[in-house]
Amino acid sequence: MNGPDQSLFDVEEMEINFGPQHPATHGVLRVKMKLDGEKIMEAKPIIGYLHRGTEKLFETMDFPQCIPHTDRMDYVAAATNNQGFCVTMEKLLGVTIPPRAAYIRMILAELQRLASHLVWLATHAVDIGAITPFFYTFRERDAILDLFEEYCGARLTLNTMKIGGVPFELPDGWLDRCSELVDGFNAHIDEYESLLTENRIWKKRTIGIGVVSAEEAIEWGLTGPPLRGSGVKWDIRKVFPYDRYDEIDFEIPIGKNGDTYDRYRVRIEEMRQSVRILRQCLDRLPDGPEMARVPKVLRTKEPGMVYGSVEAPKGELGYFIVATEKGTAPYRCRVRPPSFINLQALPAMVEGHLVADLVAIIGTLDIVLGEIDR
Amino acid sequence: MSDDKEITPPETPETEDASPEQAAAPETEEKQPLSDEEKAAKIAEAKAKAAAKKKAAEDAEPKDPWEEKPVPPVHEDAADDADAEALNSLMPGVVLAADRYAGDVTLTVPSDRIIEVCEFLKNDRAFTFLVDLTAIDWPEREEGRFDVIYWMHRFDDSKRLRLRAVVADGEPIASVVQIWKTANWMEREVFDLFGIIFEGHPGLERILTWEGFNGHPLRKDFPLEGIDTGAAIYPDVYPPGGGPPPEEAEESEGDAP
Repeated sequence: MNGPDQSLFDVEEMEINFGPQHPATHGVLRVKMKLDGEKIMEAKPIIGYLHRGTEKLFETMDFPQCIPHTDRMDYVAAATNNQGFCVTMEKLLGVTIPPRAAYIRMILAELQRLASHLVWLATHAVDIGAITPFFYTFRERDAILDLFEEYCGARLTLNTMKIGGVPFELPDGWLDRCSELVDGFNAHIDEYESLLTENRIWKKRTIGIGVVSAEEAIEWGLTGPPLRGSGVKWDIRKVFPYDRYDEIDFEIPIGKNGDTYDRYRVRIEEMRQSVRILRQCLDRLPDGPEMARVPKVLRTKEPGMVYGSVEAPKGELGYFIVATEKGTAPYRCRVRPPSFINLQALPAMVEGHLVADLVAIIGTLDIVLGEIDR
Repeated sequence: MSDDKEITPPETPETEDASPEQAAAPETEEKQPLSDEEKAAKIAEAKAKAAAKKKAAEDAEPKDPWEEKPVPPVHEDAADDADAEALNSLMPGVVLAADRYAGDVTLTVPSDRIIEVCEFLKNDRAFTFLVDLTAIDWPEREEGRFDVIYWMHRFDDSKRLRLRAVVADGEPIASVVQIWKTANWMEREVFDLFGIIFEGHPGLERILTWEGFNGHPLRKDFPLEGIDTGAAIYPDVYPPGGGPPPEEAEESEGDAP
């Protein structure tokens, strides 16, 4: 008996589009793929669908007016965006913020990191096929967003930091409620882990998928969990401490193999470290003012350029601000978005994998298109 | 803090008494006795008060830095920087300027030698990580319109270094993708938003705006409200004034995309 007609299976290459409107792309990302069967031969991310010209807008606004616009870049981690901009502006203006403001900022930033990682875990798991963790993680995320709402009135686009400190004193009882959430959080993380960490399907779908070696990670400029998952111990909070992170005791979790599973473990461990940071911040929260004495109109003194960065949940979020003499607005404000640069490694990471793994790899990079397209 | 102190005490009484006195002099004679000596005494008193206050402020414990006026960073010469010296000893004259501001070193290098400088910094000085690559537009500047900025990191001692290369409008600069892979999208972005050509880039195309977009948005002369790109791409379909073609505008009333 003759075998099946070989030519039928000898399909050379098929070109298909993934996205831009697809739930697993976490926004409007389009990936143009060349497939051999179900194997990806080549992938090309096409971005820009959400481009709003934020950097151009920055040039027309006073420094404080820029802060609400930073919210809209990484919209699942607005507080860290605010923090990045404020830290850089304080470097440019030479402002020292009071310790209480720094601690409140760290509390907000770490809560935001938890919230962002919860969104990542939920969507990553749903993409791979585990829908249950979504309901658990969003329960805790909502509790965090409630805290934000109580503090500043907003849940997502927080606009919760000012150049020189934070805009408000903490409301009565807020610390107790925050404390309660923080104390119970490790138990919740255990809960998520019990659903995934030793889950056979989860392991099958993530171990050995999207492997990046440490050298490659540095070549590609990866930062954040994708870099740490490859075993590079590097965290802006430790390397260039901002606010008061130098007073806090915490570990940098790293992975070994640089695959999707390791990045998952790194982010889970990061959440535990965030809880640890939060506990210390809540215990040590100093008294004092929440704003430094800054002039009503912020004016730079002389031309110059500064770069400041923070460890955002997605990686190193940097702001590069060029000042003019006696300027009240940035002459140029460049944002170094971690997702944009992390996404660049996608074609190398997916090559040779199956289409289903593309979804896992997009999930593990934890991209936010608002930040990529700006 | 020191601002309000300087403005309030001594000057105000002086300026106040000069003008009202002249204006009020003809009608109210009673106020006249309150003049010269008393006023001089008052001024002296205010001055003494201000001086005492100033002295007290000086004697008082040093205030916390967040209570003080902000101290902006200043530019310093960074020719003593180890990497600048290494660059200069190997390639004399390559460092056109070295500046330290807010703790970061910026070296200005000629744009036609960017490849050898970057290769040296990566291979011999261990700047293995390119953090960022961007550009700044100075339309009025004579020596060249754009600054291309390279911002790199060394893991050994966590040092960061900024390179600045000046390029004129339309003048290409060599691509550093062969040195740092990560520069690929960054250069595409700079090309897209500034129109700087990177020679030797493996696929220099627009990344944030669409192919066929007219102009480079981050140039200072690009209008903030944008340009009529529809008319630029489809001049025969769209009227030059902007908006959709007239017959379509009537049909599509109400159903926004």
